[in-house]
Amino acid sequence: MFDVTTLRKDFPILDRQVHGRPLVYLDSAATSQTPQQVLDAVDRFYTHYCANVHRGVHALAEEATAAYEHARGRVAAFTGGDPRGVVFTKNATEAFNLVAYSWAMERLGPGDVLLVTQMEHHANLVPWQLVQRHAGFDIASVPVTDEGLLDLDVFDEIVGSGRVKLFAVTAMSNVVGTINPVAELAQRVHAANDEAVVVVDGAQSVPHMPTDVHALGADFLCASGHKMLGPTGVGMLIARPELLERMPPFLGGGEMIADVTVQRSTFNEVPYKFEAGTPVIGEAIGLAAAIEYLDDLGMDNVRAHEEQLISACIDALTGIDGVTVHGPQDAARRGAAVSFAIEGLHPHDIGTIMDREGLAVRAGHHCAKPLVRSLGAVATTRASFYLYNTPDDIAALVRGIDATKEFFGVRNVR
Amino acid sequence: MTEDLYHDIILDHYRTPRNRAAELDGSHVHVHHNNPLCGDELDLRLRVDNGSIPTIDAVAYDGEGCSISMASASAMTEAVAGRDLADAEDLAQNFRAMMHGEPVEREDDLLDGIAFSGVAKFPVRVKCALLGWMALRDAISTFRDGQDSSRVVHEEPTL
Ligand SMILES: Cc1ncc(COP(=O)(O)O)c(C=O)c1O
Repeated sequence: MFDVTTLRKDFPILDRQVHGRPLVYLDSAATSQTPQQVLDAVDRFYTHYCANVHRGVHALAEEATAAYEHARGRVAAFTGGDPRGVVFTKNATEAFNLVAYSWAMERLGPGDVLLVTQMEHHANLVPWQLVQRHAGFDIASVPVTDEGLLDLDVFDEIVGSGRVKLFAVTAMSNVVGTINPVAELAQRVHAANDEAVVVVDGAQSVPHMPTDVHALGADFLCASGHKMLGPTGVGMLIARPELLERMPPFLGGGEMIADVTVQRSTFNEVPYKFEAGTPVIGEAIGLAAAIEYLDDLGMDNVRAHEEQLISACIDALTGIDGVTVHGPQDAARRGAAVSFAIEGLHPHDIGTIMDREGLAVRAGHHCAKPLVRSLGAVATTRASFYLYNTPDDIAALVRGIDATKEFFGVRNVR
Repeated sequence: MTEDLYHDIILDHYRTPRNRAAELDGSHVHVHHNNPLCGDELDLRLRVDNGSIPTIDAVAYDGEGCSISMASASAMTEAVAGRDLADAEDLAQNFRAMMHGEPVEREDDLLDGIAFSGVAKFPVRVKCALLGWMALRDAISTFRDGQDSSRVVHEEPTL
C-alpha cells in the first residue's frame, strides 16, 4: 500500500486555501487533481520537443511522435487493449460520439434495439439519441432498483429478444457509485446476438480500479484523461482494431488520410483514420505520465485505498441524523462517488455552505438526470474520493454537514 | 461573503415562511413554475379583488427548493399583498433591477425583499431569488388574460 501523506506532496493544489480554509477536494469524479509528474511531462514537451507528429523528419518531430505513440501504448497496456485500437479524443464524450456516428449510425436500423441503462451519464445517452433520428433504431433502457443496482430481470428480458445490437453501460456510476457486473452482462448480450457490440463507459472505473477490456467483454471502452490525474482535453476510445477497420471515419482532415484528390480520399490505417488533424499531443503525453503514476502505485492499491474511504464515509454519513446515502451501501460493490441527501436541505444550499468551509463537493444532477430522477430527487450532493483523499477529509465532510445543518437551523429530526 | 447570500432575514423567511400554503380560499389564479436545472418547484396562488383597480387581496405560495428561492417567495408575498396589480408588477421590476445590480427606486416597498440584494453577487443563485417574482408576474398576466392557471418551465434565468 502507498503512503497518502507522502503522495499528497505530489499534488501542489492540495496545499491551497479556499475562503481561508485548507482545501478539502471531494470532487474527483468530476475532475481529478494533477500531480507534479504530469505537469513536468507536459512542460518538458513544450520546452524540449514541441512539434507536430507523424509529419516532418526533424529531430523534434521524431521525438514528439515517439512520445505520442508511447502514450498510446501506455493506454493500451493500462486497459489491456491493442494499441491499434486506441484512439485519442478530446474526452470520453467524443469517444461515445465517435462510436455513435461511425458504428451505430452505420450498423443499426429499424427493428434493432440500442440498450442503455437508467444509470448512464448524458455522454452515454445523448449521442445515441442524435443518431437514432437518422438510423431509426429503438432505444430501450434497463431500470435501476431502489438499491441503485441494474434490474437484471428486465435486462434479461430485453436481451432475450435477440434484437439488442448495441449495449451501452457504465462500469461505475458517477452518481451512486454502483459497480456494474459488466463482464456478465456483456457475455449475455454477445450470446443473444453475435452481431451485437458492447460499449462500456469507463470514465469512472478506469481511474479507480484495474481495467481489462477483454475481461470486461467490451468492444468499445471510453474514458477521460482529466479524471485519472491527466490533463484536460484528452480522452480515449479503446476498441477492437478489427471493428475500427470496418468503420467509416468520424471526422475528416489531415492525418486520417492515405491519399487525397479534390474529389475523393482514401483513408489511413487504424487508429489514425480516427484522428483527424493535429492530435492532442501534449495532453496525451501528460496522460501517459498520469498512467505511469497510477501504475507505480498499482491500481489494486488505489482501489483498496478507496474501498476503505468509501466504507468509512458511508459509516460516518449514515450515522448523522437526517442523512441518507444513495446507492449501494456496501463498499465492495461501489466506487468512490458518494451521493447523499440531508433531510430538509437543498443540495445547492449544502454545496454553498460546504464551499465556505473549504470543502469542494458537487451539487446538482451530475449529468445523469434519468438516474437522479429515479432517486426521487432533482439533485444530490456528491462527495467523491481519489487516491489523495484521507480519513481526515471524511471528518471534514462530517463537520461540513454539521455546520450546514446548524446554519440552516435544521435541528436533528425525529 | 456567505452573509451576503444568506442574510439573517433570508434565513428567517426560510425557517419561518410567510403565506406558505398549499391552497388559498377563493383563489382566482394558480401558476406553477419550475426550474429543472436546480429542481426548484413553486406554486403561487392569488385572490384578486376585482374592483375598479384590481388588487391582490391574498397571496399564497408553496413549493420545494433551495433556501434562496423559498425565502424570496415568502418575502415577495408580504411585499405584494394588498397592492394593485400594476403596482405589484412595478415592484417585481424593481426586484429584477436589484438582482442585476442596478439601483433600486422602491427599496422600502420591497420590505424584506431588500435583504436579497447580496444575492446579485452570486450569479448562479440570482435565478433562485427571481423565481417567486417571475411566478407573480406570470400570475398577474394570466389573470388579466382571463385564465385561471399556467405552468412555466424556466430553463434559463429570465425576467
Ligand atoms: C460516468 C461518466 N461518463 C462520461 C463522462 C463524460 O466525461 P467527459 O466530460 O470528460 O467527456 C463522465 C464525466 O463527467 C462520467 O462521470
